[in-house]
Amino acid sequence: MRLGLFVPCFVDAFFPEVGIATLELLERFGHEVVYPRDQTCCAQPMADNGFNADSAATEALFVRNFSGFDYVVAPEGSCVHHVRDNFDAVEQTADVKAVRARTYELVEFLHDIEKVDAFPWAKFPHRVGLHNKCISLRRLKHARPSELHEPYFSKPMDLLTKVEGIEFVTPARPDECCGFGGTFSVFDEAVSAKMGYDKVSDHARAGAEYVVSADASCLMHQRGCAERIGVPIKFIHIAQILNGATA
Amino acid sequence: MSPTPVAPDERNGMLHPELRSPNDPDAIVRSGHRLDHAEASSKPLRPQHEAQPRGAKVHGSRPVDQAEAAARFLAAPEHEKMHDERLWDLRQKRDREMHGMPEWEELRTLASAIKEHTLTHLDEYLGQFEANARSNGVHVHWARDAAEHNKTVHGILKDHGAKSLIKSKSMLTEECGFRPYMASVGIEVIETDLGERIQQLDNEDPSHVVVPAVHKLRTDVAEVFAKTIGTDPDNSDVHYLAEAQREATRPLILAADAGMTGCNFAVAETGTFVVCTNEGNADLSANVPRLHIASIGIEKIIPRLEHLAVLVRLLSRSALGSPITQYTSHFRGPRAGGEMHVVLVDNGRSARLGMAKFWTSLKCIRCGACMNTCPVYRRSGGLSYGATYSGPIGLIIDPTFDARKYSNLPFASTLNGSCSNVCPVKINIHEQIYAWRQELVKRHEVPFAKKAAMKAAGELLSHPAAYRAAIAAADTALAHLPRFVIYNGLNAWGKHREVPHPPKQTFHSWHREHRGGKK
Repeated sequence: MRLGLFVPCFVDAFFPEVGIATLELLERFGHEVVYPRDQTCCAQPMADNGFNADSAATEALFVRNFSGFDYVVAPEGSCVHHVRDNFDAVEQTADVKAVRARTYELVEFLHDIEKVDAFPWAKFPHRVGLHNKCISLRRLKHARPSELHEPYFSKPMDLLTKVEGIEFVTPARPDECCGFGGTFSVFDEAVSAKMGYDKVSDHARAGAEYVVSADASCLMHQRGCAERIGVPIKFIHIAQILNGATA
Repeated sequence: MSPTPVAPDERNGMLHPELRSPNDPDAIVRSGHRLDHAEASSKPLRPQHEAQPRGAKVHGSRPVDQAEAAARFLAAPEHEKMHDERLWDLRQKRDREMHGMPEWEELRTLASAIKEHTLTHLDEYLGQFEANARSNGVHVHWARDAAEHNKTVHGILKDHGAKSLIKSKSMLTEECGFRPYMASVGIEVIETDLGERIQQLDNEDPSHVVVPAVHKLRTDVAEVFAKTIGTDPDNSDVHYLAEAQREATRPLILAADAGMTGCNFAVAETGTFVVCTNEGNADLSANVPRLHIASIGIEKIIPRLEHLAVLVRLLSRSALGSPITQYTSHFRGPRAGGEMHVVLVDNGRSARLGMAKFWTSLKCIRCGACMNTCPVYRRSGGLSYGATYSGPIGLIIDPTFDARKYSNLPFASTLNGSCSNVCPVKINIHEQIYAWRQELVKRHEVPFAKKAAMKAAGELLSHPAAYRAAIAAADTALAHLPRFVIYNGLNAWGKHREVPHPPKQTFHSWHREHRGGKK
């Protein structure tokens, strides 16, 4: 298939390794992965703050960049959620609707579309705690959230359990938000940071060496919190583990 | 007479600590070092407790700064820790109750449907309720807003020459500013819910819809009671405090001229209403005096008793993780020789019913489950919202009362969505929070700086060349600026967190280098 790779703005700027792992991983499955060079952002920062009108031009640019692919894949749930559920500042033409319907987050793509049954190249002999970003958990439905009386499922766990040597630990509050929340992390920085401290401490108490997540935004925030209060824990994106990173 | 010689160890005890011998066994030693200051050896007269953080600073209709009050709450770690753990415990108990009921999700769907049906036929059911209540011998009054509610209740009390009123907890009366109004007309109000009474004595609003004093440590309560009902300020034993409060309040209850309750559910087909409590205090308020007045928000109506069965099964399980409240009291009509009045209050509800995106917030049964699960609420305290309703439900209800004053509240959320999942009547709370942000921008109720920043971001992110240039500049800045420039007071990210490590290159430039920049 011909895939458009969407590398969210902060992944591009701060976590190129996540973009690289996503690109390489998708190529391992024989896809043609195209990175449109004029891409910037999905427009969520403006829309999340109520400024839908200011996100129209960015949304239009996104559609220009990502029209015509079989799927658009991004290693970040919140951006995909914006494109899929809230991307309405731009006029809803056939192109816009097509791009919105074909945009997938990486875990979803691997689990639901690619239906991967093995990652023979992947080994990760470490104790990890899984962090589901709230939006990936409750909006993209990566897993069953703890509030609901529904049968258990977890797409990221389905993928990670196929990795050799990996061991899982569970924090006391597995679904608790880590406090990132986009611009919330800046406008409500005190609460945001406290939530982050609590989150990384919870993972550390559970015995995690690594926190793994499908969302680099939460990892960026949690790493900043862990480093500030001296919690010795490492952070890694799920794309890196599934692509064969060993540390 | 020659002075009696003092034994060396006895003498040491009389000396100023700094003059004692270094080998003195009584010297106070902490972390291996002897403390030499006099203060180190003197005990405070009373054990020092962390002061209770107070709520948001409210100035008329000026926007409440929730983040500022939340930061003060966090600066009181004992309070914050207790608050977070206590409410998280309620959430866990709720989860346990949920797992005991295979039909849980079905009940939520039913409850939501019952409420939506009622709200879309509200005029009909209100009319039914009124007619049936009247035929039960109840006086029914209508109040358009808070002022009308307060005046109506005052009128009833005046007619009976009542000078004191015992009441059970009611968020509606908080909404109406009822206590201050009663104080202004010289009627004494005595709250009978323990938590609410604590808040009344401390002259503070409830911080939670179900557990109004949940933000207070027992030492805070000891301090309030010491000042108001004369307990021992150093005794914060829970039983002692509860007993003292009971002793102080019972005589007031017995002597009260009138009683008041709120209402959890009002049943149209029977004209009856139901109040749920754990302390039995609604029953005291309703049954001790001859006059019972109930304030009922018009959204509390449900069509039939069978619907009550669905909602009652959800209410306390969602609120406190208990199967049912200790008391579920049904009120039908006045007892012999008594009088019963209900005041049906709108206070903005019918206007909210007309708001396409927000009307379903009227389904709320005030269980507080969204507050208990909210990670922001647990770490901010309910008083940081500076509004009658705090936590997630507050974020979507408060702006309907005053969009300017509560314009910051919808931003006090990470949009994590846990609130909507625990809501027993399935209000899409987090979607309404998002929608309120759009609404507030439309109504120009956001700060200019944010507006300018978002406009600039929108410009930059829609122009790839300018965006690339900006990224390159920011990269260079992060790699080369000294730490103190990044971690200054103006950089909110760096205040309590490390900034991301700048990579050698962006993905964009890696791609050009390794994949030849092919499209």
